[in-house]
Amino acid sequence: VTVLEPPITSVAEPFWAATRRGELVLQWCTSCERPIWYPREVCPACFGSTLEWRAASGAGVVHAVSVHHLPGPGRSADDVPYAVALIDLAEGVRVMSNIVNTAPDGVTVGDAVQVTWLPLSDGRNLPQFEPAA
Amino acid sequence: LGDRTLRGKAALVGVADLVSPTGELALHGRALEAAVIGAALDDAGLTIDDVDGIAAGGMPTGTAEYFAIQPRYVDGTMVGGSSYELHVEHAAAAIAAGLCDVVVGVYAATPRSDRNRRNGGGYRPMPGPNPAMEWELPYGLRMPMAAYALAASRHMYEYGTTSEQLAQIAVDTRRWAALNPNARYRDPITIDDVLASPMQTSPLHLLDCCLVTDGAGAFVMASAERARDLPKAPAYVLGAATCGTHSMITEMHDLTTTGGSVSGPAAFGMAGIKPSDVDLLMGYDSFTITALLHLEDLGFCPKGDGGAFVEDGKLGPGGSLAMNTNGGGLSYTHPGQYGMFLLVEAVRQLRGECGERQLTDPKIAVAHGSGGVLSTMGTVVLGTEETL
Repeated sequence: VTVLEPPITSVAEPFWAATRRGELVLQWCTSCERPIWYPREVCPACFGSTLEWRAASGAGVVHAVSVHHLPGPGRSADDVPYAVALIDLAEGVRVMSNIVNTAPDGVTVGDAVQVTWLPLSDGRNLPQFEPAA
Repeated sequence: LGDRTLRGKAALVGVADLVSPTGELALHGRALEAAVIGAALDDAGLTIDDVDGIAAGGMPTGTAEYFAIQPRYVDGTMVGGSSYELHVEHAAAAIAAGLCDVVVGVYAATPRSDRNRRNGGGYRPMPGPNPAMEWELPYGLRMPMAAYALAASRHMYEYGTTSEQLAQIAVDTRRWAALNPNARYRDPITIDDVLASPMQTSPLHLLDCCLVTDGAGAFVMASAERARDLPKAPAYVLGAATCGTHSMITEMHDLTTTGGSVSGPAAFGMAGIKPSDVDLLMGYDSFTITALLHLEDLGFCPKGDGGAFVEDGKLGPGGSLAMNTNGGGLSYTHPGQYGMFLLVEAVRQLRGECGERQLTDPKIAVAHGSGGVLSTMGTVVLGTEETL
């Protein structure tokens, strides 16, 4: 699978650095103790700017899913079908990702999933999800 | 809403659109803008010299310069397909406040024929803001349709909405298109046709998706007083409101409830109407799910009941709720930002200019635009003289 490799914004450098070690981390606001997604300079809940990175469980539940029969950006015709999903992480934020290592058409809303990794060309890893064991 | 009300202060006095059944137009760029602005001014009985305000998504100064308008009111609001409903809302407020007298709004795009021009052609992902580049597009999200597909996925899960129910919207919209000689597609389709059309991004089939055509539209707005001296019956702005909820689909907190649940009641409240008063709903149909969400969020049926609501074909000709009588983005035209065409059809229906598809004596029409990926909703309630 070839993907459109994501840029690294400065605020998200710790996120991408952690993926090199196969670790999923999330930004948290130390003022209101809420997790933040996507990474920001300030907390969208309280405008606090004292933020820190904490390890995430990597566990989540499929909130919505769309099996792509047309390739999106970066993908080729050989890559379809593939599943793009919104995933509610156990920590309480919703992220977009792919559901892999399973038949795309079998993925349903409510499925329990766990993070896995797709190597990128620069040593980073792109978080993907697969059915929880 | 007290003194904030815009009810009856301004009117759409001229409209025009340029659309072809082939989906392609010979004109493009400024020439296309000139043609459609000219047609809208003719329709209004005004000239370019009367214009002192301009609305166009992005940088309206280029348009103003090209036509030698020196505007004292400029609106470059660009929120995607609903920008044109927001332009009407803002222009009504500006006219009511005395900032300007006559506003022209314009939209022109030729994505279909651009495929044959240099630098054109091919699928280009929507150039997202940085957050989408970093957090959505690496997952191969096919924009914009996949964002809507995710909303449909969630609606099906929460409410049991079916692909057949979504397909009914495409079927009824095509029935309207059959009555519009300018529509891109006019042949009847069935629910089975929709379900048999190629799956794009599940659960959306090809016939759940809007067209890609060339198209242009323009409106002219003036104060209610001035409108009464012009040749055609004014379409008065009775209410208008906006609600934005997010930019990228990951950030839409409730995938089954749009900002229409805020802008709709606000605009209806300003107009002093309820859903049952609406004779025509022009509800932005980028995809079948888009239109279904509008029906719920504007209060035509309870949240979650949209599928059952549309099932009996009530949205089509002869049904109890006329929706998208021009044939919609699904069958009439969709050059990328369709909101202008909602306004044009609403005005034409209120004037009685719609030929075979004309409704019987409509008095209140709603143009409800959706911009981005269900991101920014703009609701405009229009009414005839007798609704004032």
